Amino acid sequence: MNPEPKMIEVTLESTLKSVETAEEITEDVCAKAGFPEEELHKIGMAVHESVINAIWHGNKNDASKRVWMRLYVHPDRVEIHIRDQGAGFDVGRIPDPLEAENLLKVSGRGIFLIRSFVDEFRVESVPGAGTEVTLVKHRNLN
Amino acid sequence: MSMKTKTRHVDSVTVVDIAGRITLGEDLAELRQLVRNLLAQGQKSILLNLADVTYIDSSGIGELVSAFTAASNQGGQLKLLNLTRKVRDLLQITKLLTVFEVYDDEARGIASFQKATGA
Repeated sequence: MNPEPKMIEVTLESTLKSVETAEEITEDVCAKAGFPEEELHKIGMAVHESVINAIWHGNKNDASKRVWMRLYVHPDRVEIHIRDQGAGFDVGRIPDPLEAENLLKVSGRGIFLIRSFVDEFRVESVPGAGTEVTLVKHRNLN
Repeated sequence: MSMKTKTRHVDSVTVVDIAGRITLGEDLAELRQLVRNLLAQGQKSILLNLADVTYIDSSGIGELVSAFTAASNQGGQLKLLNLTRKVRDLLQITKLLTVFEVYDDEARGIASFQKATGA
């Protein structure tokens, strides 16, 4: 039987400072869990982009809204859940930033970078309950 | 560390030394304004030196693209110098290394503008 994963939960305000806070906590937790330096930057950046999305696109910069982050440290992986109070989005409708016509666009690379840096990326939107993204990074998978 | 910039002129080229984090926030607006001001002053050969950039996010990448496009639209050129491995990797996976001219040697970067303008 697998042991219960270690869980860390953080409530963040919808401010840019929270982006750095979430990233620092994630990198600290993953470092203690034994992820190598190179991976820490990737996981941290995926969280950075996810929390920016939660604050800007989800909570629309509304200071009264919150972002919740939960990190589960399993023996073989870390799972990070980031939930906002927004209406959600359809990942399938986000244009591919690598297409020639999108290459010079100023925005639209955040989700692409998240997908590039973690092994699994899921989005669940529940009307009235916000949107939760899940990032999973396995150890030694690559 | 938040972003810091220092502008200097080498021959006809404006070199902008950028240090710290290029991430979403007020710093990005400052970088945008700095590039727009240079272009408005007729300084259209711009080399962004990213040697001391410790971190760049998707918004920062977008700002580099915006600066590149602004320079191109005004008949200028914006090129990159001294990418750290992290920045280079990001530009690689976003295919932007196919867009930007990148140099690892400042003298060569400067010379590339002079060739382009036929000086």
